[in-house]
Formats: sequence, structure tokens, C-alpha cells
Amino acid sequence: MLQNFIDAYSPDNLRYLFGGLGITILVSIVSIIGSFIIGSILGVIRYVKIKYLSAIVGLIIDIIRNLPLILILFFTYFGLPNLGVKPEIIPAAILAMTIFESTMLAEIVRSGIQAVDPGQMEGARANGLTYWQGLWYIVLPQAMVKMIPAIVSQFISLVKDTSLATIILLPEMLYRSQIIYGQNTNYIIPMFVAIALMYFIVCYCLSVLARYLEKRQA
Amino acid sequence: MIHIFSDYGGTLLYGLGQTLLCSILALIFSLILGTFFALLEESPSKVARGIARVYIEIFRNIPLLVITMFFYVVFPLYVIKMNGFTAGTIGLTLYTSAFIAETVRAGIQSVDPGQMEGARSNGLSFWQAMRYIILPQAFRYVIPPLGNQFVNLVKNSSTLAFVGGFDLMYQGNVIASSSLETIAAYSAVGVLYLVITMPISYYMRYLEKRLA
Repeated sequence: MLQNFIDAYSPDNLRYLFGGLGITILVSIVSIIGSFIIGSILGVIRYVKIKYLSAIVGLIIDIIRNLPLILILFFTYFGLPNLGVKPEIIPAAILAMTIFESTMLAEIVRSGIQAVDPGQMEGARANGLTYWQGLWYIVLPQAMVKMIPAIVSQFISLVKDTSLATIILLPEMLYRSQIIYGQNTNYIIPMFVAIALMYFIVCYCLSVLARYLEKRQA
Repeated sequence: MIHIFSDYGGTLLYGLGQTLLCSILALIFSLILGTFFALLEESPSKVARGIARVYIEIFRNIPLLVITMFFYVVFPLYVIKMNGFTAGTIGLTLYTSAFIAETVRAGIQSVDPGQMEGARSNGLSFWQAMRYIILPQAFRYVIPPLGNQFVNLVKNSSTLAFVGGFDLMYQGNVIASSSLETIAAYSAVGVLYLVITMPISYYMRYLEKRLA
């Protein structure tokens, strides 16, 4: 049994697995940045109640939020070619993750803004700021501080969710571990231990960060 | 999209049934497990709290798919053979129970500590007080987040497609590859998911507003 572990963690296999971790991190970081920007914009649109636009954006957010991520991955990777666009695997995965996580973040942003005391906006308006200035300089900075823990936990699930992109053959950790143990069934347990550990370390560090931010804020 | 429903209605309905069955089973089991670990976390014993913490952190920080694949690939080799549906349901249960434990714990903590003191000073043991005084009050706060967990469960049950669980997502793939109309097939699957998840999330939002 021990020999299996030693054989499975050969330098070549480890390098291959860590390459997968790199792809997991790459896809996560790009999707985090993209979904943070898009999610904030969507959340604000949903909060400020622009005629028609906010209602339509709200409906789209609710639809995407209530679908499984795997389905969205299928749409971007297998569905888009039917419409004449053929994305590569990594962009398709990033696109799907960004679409899905933006809607999750939009909800966090909206409830974060709602949690700010309405007196703040009234004060800003009374001091001569326009509605948008009040939102940008007074309300949003306070809302962001309140939202940080929720946003970080959302990013933890984003990192975990990258594993679902194995289904469109994204060569990340889980996919690569399957290739390694596909060659030798003795490697199955070592491979599961390795990827579980790698995911755990990445996500646990993020959750420690989330908890620290939550404590500092309180 | 309409003709997908008329041509493959039976397959889709079967998938929907499997998805619902798996989600409901996982909800029941993870509610039991999650409450159990939430109680351990709130118990006076240090060892019990440690065990609960480790369990929750492990299943919260490892992707659901890795857990499910573990039961589908590793278990049959060394322990017992199981089909995709069973492996998927076990994976979902363990994964969700960690989140439910956190939810229930937050519910327990939101109950006024005076309730526990009052119960103890009236002669109830710690566990009696939990069972008869604290938990019934905690569950009232916990219902909206639990409903959202059920929505997550229905969405996450799509991991059954990886292990041949014959759920809605799996059937959607089969239909997409046999009809070659990927967009129509996946849209049909999406509509069926939304039929379950949208009403629940809207109802939970309504409950949240009413409780607040």
C-alpha cells in the first residue's frame, strides 16, 4: 500500500497534477475577477430600480442562479458551436463560471447595499451629492466592507466548482488525476488523497481568510 | 424545444424523478447528519466539538464531485459495489450535511441564551433542554436557509450525470447527443430544473422577508 503511494507520487505525476492545480487556479482567478466586476454592476442595477432594466436583469439573474452550473458549462461548450461560435475548452469554462458566479455575486452585492442604513444616502443627498455620487462615494464603500466575508465564501465555492469543468474535459486536477489512475488502478487511492488535499488546502486557506475578515469587521 | 418535450417526454420525466428522489433523500439524511454535527459543535465536550469541526471543514472544503467520485470509484474496489445513484446520493448527503450543520448551528446561536439557562435551572439536562427548548425555536430561523440548501441540492444533484445516475442532466446529455439539437435539449432540461428551483427560491425569499 505504501509502495503504491510512493510510485503514484513520482515526479512526473506530481508535475502533471500541479499543472492541473495551475489550471484550476488560472480559471478561478480569471472567473473571480470577471464575476466580481459583472456581479457588482448587476447587483447595483438590481438595487437602483431602473424602469424595465432592473426587472429584466433581476429575472435573468434568478434564472441563471437557479440552474446547475454543469448545464451552463454544457451551454457554453456544446451549445455555442450550434450558434456558430466555437470556444476552446478553457475560455468556455471561464465563460460559464463567470456567468454563473456573477449572478451569485449580484445577489450578495444587492443585499449588501440594502444592509447599509438608508440615512447614509439621505445624508449624502442632503449634502448636495447626486444619487449616483452618493451611491459611489458613500453607500458602496460601506456595503463592500459588509459583503467581503460572503464574497470570499462565494469564491471558495467557485474554486470547488471548477472541478465540474472536468465534464467538458478541462485539464484541471480532477481530470488529470483520472488520467493517472486510469493507467494504473493501484494509484486510485493516492490520487484521491492528493487532489482532496490540494483542494482542501486552497479552500481552507480561503475560509480562514473569510473568517478573519468577518471577525475584524464585527 | 417543444418537440424535445414531445419526443423525449418520458426520458425527461424519468430523469426529473431521479433528480427529485436523490435530492429529497439527500435532504433528509443531511438534515439528520447536519443537526447531529451542529449539536456536537454546541455541546460542552471539547472532543465532540473537535470532531464536529473536523467533519464540517473536510466536507465544506472538498468539491462535491471529488466526494462523489470517491464513492463511485474507490468504494467498489475495496468495500462494497454501488451504482451511480447511490454513490451520488451519499456524496450529496455528506457534502450538504456540512453546510446544514453550519446553518443549524447559526440557528441555535440565534436563540436567546436565557432560554438554555431557564431550562437548566428548571432541572432539564443539557440535551433535554436542546431537544425540547432550543431546537424547536432554532428551526424557525433555519427554514429559509434550509430551503435554499434544497435548491442547491437540486442543482448539485446534476453531479449524478458524472457517475451514470440517470438524473435529469444525464438524460439531457443522452437527448442532446441522440437528437443533435444541443441547445434545444439543454434548454428543455433547464426549464425542468427551473420548475423545481425557482418557486422554492421565491418562496424562501418571501419567508425571509416575513421573518425579518
